[in-house]
Amino acid sequence: MSSTAKKKGFGATIWDYLTTVDHKKIAVLYLIAGTLFFVIGGIEAMLIRIQLAEPNNDFVSAGLFNEIITMHGTTMIFLAAMPLLFAFMNAAVPLQIGARDVAFPFLNSLGFWLFLFGGLFLNLSWFLGGAPDAGWTSYASLSLASPTHGIDFYALGLQISGAGTLIAGINFLVTIINMRAPGMTYMRMPLFTWTTFVASALILFAFPPLTVGLFFMIFDRMFDANFFDHLNGGNTIIWEHLFWIFGHPEVYILVLPAFGLFSEIFATFSRKRLFGYSSMVFATILIGFLGFMVWAHHMFTVGLGPTANAIFAVATMAIAVPTGMKVFNWLLTIWGGNIKVTTPMLYGLGFIPSFVAGGVTGVMQASAPLDYQLHDSYFIVAHFHYVIVGGIVLALFAAAHYYWPLMFNQMLNETLGKITFVFFFVGFHCTFFIQHFLGLMGMPRRVFTYQGDQGWDLFNYISTIGAFLMAIGVILLVVNVIITAIKGEPAGRDPWKDGRTLEWAIPQPVPYYNFKQTPLVRGLDTFWIEKMEGNKEGMTYAEPISDIHMPNNSFIPFMISFGLFVAAFGALYHQDADKAWSLPVLIAGLAITFLSMIVRSLKDDLGYHIHKEELMNEKGGKK
Amino acid sequence: MSHDVTHTRTQQEYEYDRKRANLGMRNQVTVFALMIFLTFIAFASVQAGMSAYLVAPLILLFAAVQVALQLYYFMHWSEKGHGMAQFFMYSAAFIAFTMILAFITIIWW
Repeated sequence: MSSTAKKKGFGATIWDYLTTVDHKKIAVLYLIAGTLFFVIGGIEAMLIRIQLAEPNNDFVSAGLFNEIITMHGTTMIFLAAMPLLFAFMNAAVPLQIGARDVAFPFLNSLGFWLFLFGGLFLNLSWFLGGAPDAGWTSYASLSLASPTHGIDFYALGLQISGAGTLIAGINFLVTIINMRAPGMTYMRMPLFTWTTFVASALILFAFPPLTVGLFFMIFDRMFDANFFDHLNGGNTIIWEHLFWIFGHPEVYILVLPAFGLFSEIFATFSRKRLFGYSSMVFATILIGFLGFMVWAHHMFTVGLGPTANAIFAVATMAIAVPTGMKVFNWLLTIWGGNIKVTTPMLYGLGFIPSFVAGGVTGVMQASAPLDYQLHDSYFIVAHFHYVIVGGIVLALFAAAHYYWPLMFNQMLNETLGKITFVFFFVGFHCTFFIQHFLGLMGMPRRVFTYQGDQGWDLFNYISTIGAFLMAIGVILLVVNVIITAIKGEPAGRDPWKDGRTLEWAIPQPVPYYNFKQTPLVRGLDTFWIEKMEGNKEGMTYAEPISDIHMPNNSFIPFMISFGLFVAAFGALYHQDADKAWSLPVLIAGLAITFLSMIVRSLKDDLGYHIHKEELMNEKGGKK
Repeated sequence: MSHDVTHTRTQQEYEYDRKRANLGMRNQVTVFALMIFLTFIAFASVQAGMSAYLVAPLILLFAAVQVALQLYYFMHWSEKGHGMAQFFMYSAAFIAFTMILAFITIIWW
């Protein structure tokens, strides 16, 4: 069998995506699922802003408001930002390093389905008795007291999707260490590959503490354990530590790939080598390490004592140094470049001042005494939205435009893209800049309403208007995608004309085996070097054409994840005395998972070969 | 990547590989004996009824040595090409250490 791309019916296409182990198709799955959750989280954001648009509003009730803010934060971080970054990592990283796929294609698929089923489970809480309502941080003293099943949905859902994330992180680590093409030394890797590598290492070290914390939470709520209950010798602060030991690196897991994406975009559209490449790599690694030494800055007001606060304050400020290195390197990349202001570049130019503003308020909060004033106010909300929207979401939108031709062989409309940027960017600053002042005026975060005439009314109203502008921006992006898909004009190879790295050297649409022959990498910006030397093919090859070994598609990852999804319902309802069916459901779900794993272990699946003769014919092995 | 390339070893290469394998085997056996010996001392010191203030640090020290031996000999860190694994393990140990240090100093005491 030589699974070649035939014209397929709708059902066959769906089946192909359910079973695929191809990193390019998994990238598309991540993109679709991440966008779905991004829209859900966005709708929740709009509800929050509508509720807060005027004082004493009763658009939503207090309890529902708590559920909405919790689900907004959780969805945006775990189910939107991370999967969307994984989409671009999957689409670009194997191509950037000259690999035919990731190291473990089966695990890649498993990671996606675990994430999706975990995310669906979490969101089903809306329809099954109430969503989690203790904030995305789910502090134990609040969440243990929460009467509905919401927190159980949170703990079990994140446990499942967290396992998927951990698997994806390990997969990228192994891929980048082992699958680089000949000549692709560490110091020739594109910056997006580097940041993916460091972010994956952070996932590897940061997710286990979250897993432990969530298990403690599950035990406390479902089996009457007392890890966090101080009346029985537990300590509620332990949850906060475990959560933030995970939570702070999580911020860098998100923002480092965003930095990587912008590094690619700045170099490409300034048509210059990235300024200070080696210092960029160094700064990335340093941020990764320091990211683990600063978690307690989220807990300054807990009462850790002046010594602990001072240590964590200084460590936090230290992170500004490598981040500043990056900002200056970007500026110097643009400086003197032959700049082309395309949509991705426009997002990049908007990103620098926005992210720096978020970084500056971050350093302000790093100062522990000042943090006592800022803590739990809208200043904090403004700060982290500047970092996350101004850093990560702008990067995701930029990357959507930048990598769209790589993923779908079509160019998004540039004019519409720039209009999208204007709406989103203006809306973003309109929403969040003013929240700094709301915070300084004393408006606390997480309140469902407020009294009028405290000087907050107008600013809150302006903030809500900004949120609507952002929503218009997102809708325009969706419209752009639809228009582009209907037009269906192929973009061809190197559509930006200035591609520097290997992913642009591949003919479009990218063959399912990626590289007919493994390329030989002769320096940083591999494709650029070949182009400058007049190499029409864009690559120098490291090997003769020979058989390519490919993995078979598999439905098993879907089944493993589905089993856990079913089991989670059993575990969740097992606490209720009146639901006798919960135990059979739990057992059945785990049985599905373990049987699928056993089938995977016992049945040899050796994949197949694409034969040399198929590759040699004109169509490059495509039938 | 390519599967049809075969490589025949010369006599010198064969002897060199053999010598290295022998050396590796000797190291493993030596280290194994050493580890058994350390375990024996640990058990013996408890059995001999020595003070807990001596036995506890002694056992912890031996445990650390055994972990190192395990990693460097049985998991081949002493050989070439294991730099990345070492880097990640040391990073993880460092991060775990800071966490435990923080827990000990600011939560539990």
